[in-house]
Order: sequence, then structure tokens, then C-alpha cells
Amino acid sequence: MKQSAFTLIENEALTARFSLLRLKGDCSAIECPGQFVSLSLPGFFLRRPFSVCDWDEQSFSLIVEEAGKGTALLRRLQPGTELDVLTGLGKGFDLVKSGDAPLLIGGGSGVSPLLGLAKGLLAQGASPRVILGFPSREDLILLDEFFRLGLAPTVTTDDGSFGIRGRVTDAMDLPHSFFYACGPAPMLRAVCEASPVSGEVSLDARMGCGFGACMGCTIQTVNGPRRVCKDGPVFGKEELRWAD
Amino acid sequence: MGRLSVSLCGIELTNPIIPASGTFGYGHEFSQFYDLDLLGSFSMKGTTLHPRFGNPTPRIAEAPAGMLNAVGLQNPGVDAVIAEELPRLKKVFHKPVMANVSGFSVEEYTQVCARFDAEPQVGWLEVNISCPNVHGGGMSFGTDPKAAAEVTRAVKAVTAKPVIVKLSPNVTDIVSIAKACEDAGADGLSLINTLLSLRIDLKTRRPILANTTGGLSGPAIFPLALRMVWQVSQAVKIPVIGLGGISSAEDAAEMMLAGATAVQVGAANLRDPFACPKIIEALPAVLDRMGAETIREIIGGAHG
Repeated sequence: MKQSAFTLIENEALTARFSLLRLKGDCSAIECPGQFVSLSLPGFFLRRPFSVCDWDEQSFSLIVEEAGKGTALLRRLQPGTELDVLTGLGKGFDLVKSGDAPLLIGGGSGVSPLLGLAKGLLAQGASPRVILGFPSREDLILLDEFFRLGLAPTVTTDDGSFGIRGRVTDAMDLPHSFFYACGPAPMLRAVCEASPVSGEVSLDARMGCGFGACMGCTIQTVNGPRRVCKDGPVFGKEELRWAD
Repeated sequence: MGRLSVSLCGIELTNPIIPASGTFGYGHEFSQFYDLDLLGSFSMKGTTLHPRFGNPTPRIAEAPAGMLNAVGLQNPGVDAVIAEELPRLKKVFHKPVMANVSGFSVEEYTQVCARFDAEPQVGWLEVNISCPNVHGGGMSFGTDPKAAAEVTRAVKAVTAKPVIVKLSPNVTDIVSIAKACEDAGADGLSLINTLLSLRIDLKTRRPILANTTGGLSGPAIFPLALRMVWQVSQAVKIPVIGLGGISSAEDAAEMMLAGATAVQVGAANLRDPFACPKIIEALPAVLDRMGAETIREIIGGAHG
């Protein structure tokens, strides 16, 4: 974990709800895809946590979905704005487990960390396949970025306006060695149940600190209470106990 | 004694800055960020006799200049704290630590305190009779002078360590509770715990927190905490630890002028993991500007 100042260098509205932000600064604490950063916003007490979408030594990108006042402010911030950021938070995806043909499944803003993950998997010689799910054609994000990596994601939309009509699980009949998923909790549960093999999912949570101190984001797992921010956000399929 | 050192119930602190219970875990996370020995001490996560999962999530909500929490005393239980957390802490923290104790009956408080009494690493017992987020325990002991006195007396009987009683602000007259604890043998008081609060989500039209209510902390409560520390420190002879919304060295100095012998820093740690070392580093310059040679000379200074 590192606390440092970052400068917003890009803030692009991708859809009505999603923006892509790029921040410039010291990214040395970011170790693997699936980790997150936590931004301090002017006028708000609590930080806001976001999965890292993609990163290099000098900058990282993230997808912001407008969910309340904090994210609305963030989408309006002008490039040049300086923000206090905690980087390198949480336990990310374990790329060693991927096997030769991992399946990446993202829903909504949950596609964000899968971009960095896809890059990492390609770099280690794996052949990832990607399924991305959105409510509708207008909600599609990051599709071009996956194509630029040479990957052709299968897209599902709830209303059938793009790709396959239905949910990500309707496209999951591809053989795969392991899966990685990020998206809304009901989707993650359905993915875990639909896949015959092991996998990892990245959970979202309302957090206090983001680094394991406040116990604000605890979930019950088969191994006992775990903090989403510190023990996760990535958890193994076998660890999770889905609450009803 | 150094410029920043203070004496708390007979134990010298190299500075008066103490991370507050519930914002610092058992020290492990923060020991990866900075040298814990920089701190005066810290107060460990509230510990009960048995392990507790705590409340359902969401447990956290934003507030103007602060936050609500309804964690509900998640902790691994006193036996696990003694078996696992204290040995791990011993490697990274070489000062007396404050053990924060919670319970649902007088007997539970005494059992946990008796266990911690046998631990040389523990300098003080901070008896939390003010948690607003659990039912049938915690705060119900801290809102009635008789119940507060009963817990204090019972705990004092099982330990030789200084007993600091942590008071709730969710009362009509905090001074009467403070005096009841002093009369029952408390060696010190810490105040305030969080304020019982509520947020509602406009979209769902329901409370944000799964527990419905939570405790408000952060800068929003600082003036209120300051007023209570001012009142209580005038009414009792035992030392008072001031807490509630402290996030700068100036806040700490103000709290000590109001009568606090030491201060705890809570929510600020969650917003900025380096809040405490930053405050400690800034304190000498604040004393310089105040024309104070030592921090001890400002304690209670506002009372004239």
C-alpha cells in the first residue's frame, strides 16, 4: 500500500453511467490485476474504492459508475485535478491458477479489472476467452480495448440489442481451465454455479478504510469472517458462502 | 520526560496520541505502514469473551464531515486475541497497549478483564460501556450511572491494571455517569464514543445500514466531544482521554486545553492511514505557536 498524490489526466464519459479516468503518479505499489485504489475526494470524508482497470509504471485507469454524490463528482472532475490516492490495496487475481484456457467473465463495471487481467494472462502465454455482459447496447464499455489485445469478447445484453440476448451464463458453454469473474453479486453467484471448474471472483463492497482496519466490509466465508478490502476483493469460488 | 510526554494513570506515554479502538484493529495492518512505536499507545479492537461476527453489511455510511459505522463488535474473542494477536503485536510494538473490553453482562466484562490482567503487554483496560451498535449490552451499561458504577466496581475487583471507562455521549448528563465511574474506582475515563445516528437511501427509501442505526464519528462530532471533555474533566479528579473527531495536531491541542491528559484518534485513521504519525510530527510546531514548552502545561489550560 502506498499513499501518494496523483493527477487526473483523462476523464472520458463512455456511456450515460460510466466514465474512464486515467490518473498519473507513482504506480509502484500496484502488484497484480484485481487490486484496487482508494481515492480521497474533496468534500467527502470516506475514500472511494475502485478496481484498477489497467496500469503501467506512471499511470492507471479505472472505470467509474455513477452511483451517488461521490462518483457523480468524480465524473465531473477536470483533468489536472490532484487527488490523494492509496494504491496497491487488496489481494488481486492469482494468475498462476489460470491454466491454458481461462475464461474471463465481466458484468457492467465489473469488466474493468478483467482488462488488466487479460493483459497479464496473455503475457504469460495463456489464451483467455472473454464474456462481457451489459443491460443494453448503450452500456457497452471497454470492448475496443479487448479487441486491441487480439481478444474477441462474446457480448451478452439483457435486451438483445447487441450480441447474445441473455445473461453471461447463457454464453458460458465454452470449455475452460479456470474462470475469473467480476460483476454484480447475483451474476457472480450464477457464474460460480454454472462453471464446472474452479475460479476466482472479485467482490464489490461498501468499505470504510479499504485496508483492513475497520471491519466495515466483512463477509462470512467457509473459512470464517473475511474482509473484502484486505483478504479480498478476490476470493476463490470454494471460499464463498452466498447469502440468501 | 520529553516535550510531548504525558503520564496516563502512572504509565508514561512518549506522546499523547493513541489510535482509538475499532479504527486500528490489533495493530497488524498499520504496522505495515509505519513504526507503531511512534505512537503513545493504541487501543485494540473491542474484545468480547466469545468470537463475534458482528452486524450484517452494509456497516458503513458517509456523513457530512464524518461517517457512520455499525460494525457491531466483530472480534475473534479474548482467547484468540491473547493467543494470536498479542504475540504478533509483541514483534512490532514495544510499549504498553490498551485493551478495549466489551460485554453483554457484568460477568462477561470481568472475565475478559481478568484474562487481559494476566498479559504483561497490556498497560490499561479500557472498559467500553458505550458501544451503540450491539443490543442488550454495550451502551446499556453506559447510559445509567448505577449500571456504569457496577461494571466499574466489578472490573476493578479482578485487575491490578488501571481501568479506564469509555463513556457514551448518548446520555442526558454525561457528568453524572463520569462521577459514578470515578466513585466506583475508575482510574481514568475516555470520552466520547460515537453518536447514535441514521442515514436513509433516497433510492431504496430504507436506512443505508443493515443495523438501521450506527455510530457517528469524524470531524462532525469534534465540538460536541470537546464540550463533554470540558465538562467531565472539571467534575472529576481522574485523568480523561479526549476523543471524537480529532484529525490534526491543532485538534489534539484543543482537546488537551479542554482538559484531556491524552487523546485518541479514531475515524481519521480510516481516511488517512498515516494520520497519527502526521499529528505527532506536527505537535511540536503547534506548541511553538502556542508558546508552550511542554504539552503537559496545556492540559486543562482553557479552564483558566
